[in-house]
Amino acid sequence: MFYIKERFNYLFTSTKGLILVSISLISLIAAIWGTLSGPMVELGVKAITVKLLGLKLLPVEREGRIIMLYHTIAMAVLAIEVYMITSIVPMKKHQQSTINATITTGYITAMFFGLGFAYFGHHFVFHGLFLVGQSLVFFSGLLLASALWPWRKEYRISNPDYSHTKKGTDLERVAFFVMTLATLGSAIFGAVTGSYWGQGHETFLAEDLIRVPHKTALELAIVGHLHIMLTLIAVAITLIIGRWFDFKGIFHKIAMPVMIIGIIIITLGVWSVVPYQTSAHIIIYVGSGLVMFAALLLVIFGWKKLIRVRIAELGMKNPGFFKKFKALLHDPLKFGPLWQMVFMNFTVSGVGIFMAVKLDEIFRVWPAREERITLTGHWHILAAIIATIILLYYADIAGLKGKTRKWFGWIVIIFSDIAFGAVTVFSMKRLFVEHYAQEKVVSWTMLLADLGLALVLVVLAMLLLWRLFDLFKKKGLWMLEKDNPELEVKKTSSPSERYLKSSGEVE
Amino acid sequence: MKRVIIIIAFFLVFFGCKAKTSVTEKEIPFLDTGVNHHEWVLIKSGEFFKGLHDHETRIKNDYEIMKTHVTNDQYVYYLNEALEKGTIKIEDDMVKGFYPGDKFHEYKHEKQIGKGFWPHMPVHELGQRIKFDGKIFSLIKGFENHPVTMVSWFGAKAFCDFYGWRLPTENEWEKAARGYDKRAYPWGNDISRGHANYYSSRLKVMKALNIHTYTTSPVGFFNGRTHNGLETKNGKTPEGLHDMAGNVWQWTADIYKDMHYRFMRGGSFTNYAYNLRIWARNSAGPEFYDINIGFRCVRDIENEEVSDDSNSGEEIIDGN
Repeated sequence: MFYIKERFNYLFTSTKGLILVSISLISLIAAIWGTLSGPMVELGVKAITVKLLGLKLLPVEREGRIIMLYHTIAMAVLAIEVYMITSIVPMKKHQQSTINATITTGYITAMFFGLGFAYFGHHFVFHGLFLVGQSLVFFSGLLLASALWPWRKEYRISNPDYSHTKKGTDLERVAFFVMTLATLGSAIFGAVTGSYWGQGHETFLAEDLIRVPHKTALELAIVGHLHIMLTLIAVAITLIIGRWFDFKGIFHKIAMPVMIIGIIIITLGVWSVVPYQTSAHIIIYVGSGLVMFAALLLVIFGWKKLIRVRIAELGMKNPGFFKKFKALLHDPLKFGPLWQMVFMNFTVSGVGIFMAVKLDEIFRVWPAREERITLTGHWHILAAIIATIILLYYADIAGLKGKTRKWFGWIVIIFSDIAFGAVTVFSMKRLFVEHYAQEKVVSWTMLLADLGLALVLVVLAMLLLWRLFDLFKKKGLWMLEKDNPELEVKKTSSPSERYLKSSGEVE
Repeated sequence: MKRVIIIIAFFLVFFGCKAKTSVTEKEIPFLDTGVNHHEWVLIKSGEFFKGLHDHETRIKNDYEIMKTHVTNDQYVYYLNEALEKGTIKIEDDMVKGFYPGDKFHEYKHEKQIGKGFWPHMPVHELGQRIKFDGKIFSLIKGFENHPVTMVSWFGAKAFCDFYGWRLPTENEWEKAARGYDKRAYPWGNDISRGHANYYSSRLKVMKALNIHTYTTSPVGFFNGRTHNGLETKNGKTPEGLHDMAGNVWQWTADIYKDMHYRFMRGGSFTNYAYNLRIWARNSAGPEFYDINIGFRCVRDIENEEVSDDSNSGEEIIDGN
């Protein structure tokens, strides 16, 4: 019993264990549900999965199923980000424990009962519990916002390296706080609309409305909800990666206020899509530009740091361009997250901007189904890029070292990018090849996309299996992580001794 | 690792670019499916369940709809007749015809469809099964009973108008495809590769027809018979219509306020199964044509005006 209890405590009370559980559950869902679409249908794998699991896949329920699947995965991703935030942003221990416990209960409840309702028959108790789970996730967000309140004296900073106000308010903490509030408000944006389900709101996928000139307020709210939630998940991981890199200095001082303003503008822009659809887009562009600029500053800072650290390790003096470049690529787990942020511009932002500029000239000349593929393609890629960034960071947390670290990192970076590139080419193939001659392009891009994603999933499975087997060891890595449960980052503020005593963290 | 990337990139570019110039339409053996594509099917007036959310919708009048898509041989016959009568002309390698124009509302993204000659079908484009020698239209052998493709909404409407018929409204199309219950596909609620010509069945269809690129199938192909070793299931609607899911998208008549798009139904050989669900819609401008877009016509069997009580959510300004 002690054997299980110890491991259970590691998995469900330590930050590293909690992240491992979430990634494992998402991976399991990706592996199983991935067999229900794409080439798996033609290969007959879908039929096997459906039979084995007893899935009920009525065609009329497809939209609803997809929405619930997205939500279950999104809840787990949110949980991972929350675990990371509670570990890297200073807060009281009891706050961290409460937030983590609440969101863990919430996302697991939402995941199991959401998938149960969507894929195993419509038992409305399952639907109710799915909502309970999501409500708990929301409640944990409220707790997080409270814990992140940036104007407490104990979180004031004076270190000139980090962005702060004259009074010492930590602007990175403010950025986390604003992002959390924006996420909570945007969740309400979707939840309120969802509450009209059956009373004017009918299930739909946003991509099916692209050419409808007059969308209802409920439809616009849902379209806004899904866009802003994904954006804020991306903002959160950017801030997290920033702390991992100990983002500081002049770039930090510029980036944090820009990020805060960007988050506020983009969020208000999306919320205003209901009453002011046209002007909302302009506001969103401004907000996006600011957020992307802040992320760019992080990338520049991070890459410069990677080069500097490696060059110092090697004791080089006056290294040339290629040596610096080699130093940049030395550690794929650290290079990767920032590279993925850059790569996102080719497959997400770039595509989005190109679409916006050439919408009437090109994309609205194509059939709606192809415009739809381009749209869904580019935000699926954004979601997947966020996932790869989390994976690369987790691989570092999990303790990958040496050649395994390099192989894992490069496989994730290269093959995910091949997949994302292939999906982008697939979605825009009409630009290069007439429809009549597209069969080969379709086959090749699909093959590359599937191959790329499959390889990422394989190395992820290997990483998770390694950690699974580790759990059976008496003194495995899990023991070390249990003793050192928090993420190893340099925090922006160090709460005073008096504060620590008052919170019971030290005797 | 660099080599791997270069090789992959090379293959992608090579096959993408090569495909553009090397594929040409060739004659194929004619395949008789046993389905008469000149037949019409009566659809009785009454209620049907419309769309994903099964809204009860009523169509007031009976009408007849073509049992299959309009085929290449039918369209070639029409083109020659229309050319002779002067209702179409050839200009800039394009079959064109007169269209009186739509009311323009200058709404966001709306394009003006004005009075004038609009494209019906290209004359010399990749994927074309209909040829023009400067005097008469003819077709590539073997494709006689395949659905006509590369025809714009204007071209589809012109064909129906020429014979005193019309394109179906979205509601008429949906009622004809669905019958009287809440089924997702014309034949029921499940789909398999034997039911229709769509993305998952395309390789089997290509093999059965001995064609090396994804393609249309002869109309009525999925009728429960075995063709060249490919065993099909009966993909008919309750009233006996063929190909209401898959093969090629079908233009419908409705013109909606504040947009120039025309809507298509049914899905095609390039689409995944979910696009074949009865309520799935596709749209494009009325001048757009493609290798996977065709149509079928309806005709009124009474002199009363055909109308219905509900539409697709948008305000219809012309249901033709």
